[in-house]
Amino acid sequence: MKIAVCVKQVPDSWAEKKMAGGVLDRASVDAVLNDLDEYAVEEALRIVAANSPTKEVGEGSGHTITLISMGPDRATEAIRKALSMGADEAIHICDAGLGGSDALATSLVLSKAISDGGFDLVICGTESTDARMSVIPAMLAERLGWAQLTFAGSVSVDPSATKVSIARSTELGIENMEASFPVVVSVIEKINEPRYPSFKGIMAAKKKTITVKSLSDIGISPDQVGSKAAWSNVRDAVLRPARSAGIKLEDGGDGGTKLADFLAEKRVI
Amino acid sequence: MSEVLILVDAVDGKVAKSTGELATFAKAIGKVNAVVFDASLASQLSSYTIDNVIVCNGIDVTKFSPAPVAQALAQLVASKSAAAVLITSSARGKEIAGRLAVATNSGIITDASTIDSDLVTTQLVFGGSTTVHAAVTHGTTIATLRSNSIEPTAGSGTPTTEEFTPTISDAAKLGQVISTEPVVKGGRPELTEASIVVSGGRGTNGDFKPVEAFADVLGAAVGASRAATDAGWYPHTHQVGQTGKTVSPQLYVACGISGAIQHRAGMQTSKMIVAINKDSEAPIFELADYGVIGDLFNVLPQATTAIAAKKA
Repeated sequence: MKIAVCVKQVPDSWAEKKMAGGVLDRASVDAVLNDLDEYAVEEALRIVAANSPTKEVGEGSGHTITLISMGPDRATEAIRKALSMGADEAIHICDAGLGGSDALATSLVLSKAISDGGFDLVICGTESTDARMSVIPAMLAERLGWAQLTFAGSVSVDPSATKVSIARSTELGIENMEASFPVVVSVIEKINEPRYPSFKGIMAAKKKTITVKSLSDIGISPDQVGSKAAWSNVRDAVLRPARSAGIKLEDGGDGGTKLADFLAEKRVI
Repeated sequence: MSEVLILVDAVDGKVAKSTGELATFAKAIGKVNAVVFDASLASQLSSYTIDNVIVCNGIDVTKFSPAPVAQALAQLVASKSAAAVLITSSARGKEIAGRLAVATNSGIITDASTIDSDLVTTQLVFGGSTTVHAAVTHGTTIATLRSNSIEPTAGSGTPTTEEFTPTISDAAKLGQVISTEPVVKGGRPELTEASIVVSGGRGTNGDFKPVEAFADVLGAAVGASRAATDAGWYPHTHQVGQTGKTVSPQLYVACGISGAIQHRAGMQTSKMIVAINKDSEAPIFELADYGVIGDLFNVLPQATTAIAAKKA
């Protein structure tokens, strides 16, 4: 079984962010592996271990986990982190022409790298914590013509039957779904508890292969991607005035009553 | 006149209020075509500003991934030469929009809070700290809109109805729904649609009873910080914040939540914010219209009793 996991380097979700020239200012904040992608990496590791004769990932499992990431040079740090969790190898699509790409271009690039790799299964997080659009997994399924099993709260894979079953968890409740390989899966946060990379994992990750590919390597023309090809355009971005603090009082035993009076005065109740 | 498609939302066979919001935005753009996949919903659509109802036949979309809905909409975009498609910003709505953008070679904007007659959207980004105006520059404008963004305008007159049978490919039917388990409602409103949200954090120490009691007296939804959901104190589906849900209610009550950026990103655009925290230095007080420095286990029950008395 060949599994691909899409990972992205993003600005730290705990940091203050701002805009620069119509796009997110990425230079001013720390960059980390997208939180939500860690769940995807962890789930891939669990799927391989569950279907491995040795109950472990890596050589001897009979399965491979390949990370696929699009991003600038420094995205290597996030890729190394995911490798140190236990993924086998990585493909890093890195090209000066990619800056400013929208979700459509990103999904085009990722889908090309995926279809070239002969994968059975692609696993993604539900969204990146920077753009938060939550559309890439669905766009990948559309472009690849593969089954879409997304927002999974649990996943089980039967490699011999080439079948994937998930419990899709959305505001509509839970839908138990299934499909045959190849499948695009996205996983939600509650699916697992991502492991911390071990010292051994960190050392092993330094020796793992990261294949860097340019746009021409994957057969995409520079005019299909980047800010010029983005099909939506930011007219302006304005910093909203900071909220100013209002009334603040110490609870002197009647704080609850005063709160109720405040809410009544504001006609909330 | 521009043709606009809106995708009708329904919960338990009842058209959701968010549909009326989409219709209100769409009416400013052009002729409003409401798309349904369940013919029984068509009769519920006369209360909104909808000109035409398109009933899609021949496919039970509840049996599949969002792919068939996107495929049907793509065919309608082509036949109507639609200027825009408006969809509610839910998990499913955004997936449909994403597939539709690919299928129609169109630009996409998600999580807009408004869209005007010139198809320019407003989005609040980075936890509501920045307002962005944006527009699609290629193809049909595919936009998803957050619920609770506008008060639906009442319609006048009964919409016309037309039938449409989309051609659904085998590829779109690959992800199949085998069975469903409905949401356990517990009588409280849905988090992203509620006009009041009461949330608990680390300060609850895992005991959400006072938070729930206060929510119930206000008819509010219950939310939780990531600290509380990570600790397993409250279901992940109730998490408010950067990696959880974004809410924008009339009133947001943060109980025992310090107010880290992670959490603020999910609630900063609430119209009114109340905070209860033992730590007078907690950053949540910087946002609060009304802050009580105190123990939520004393303040909340007292406030609950006081509000119940006022209502009686």
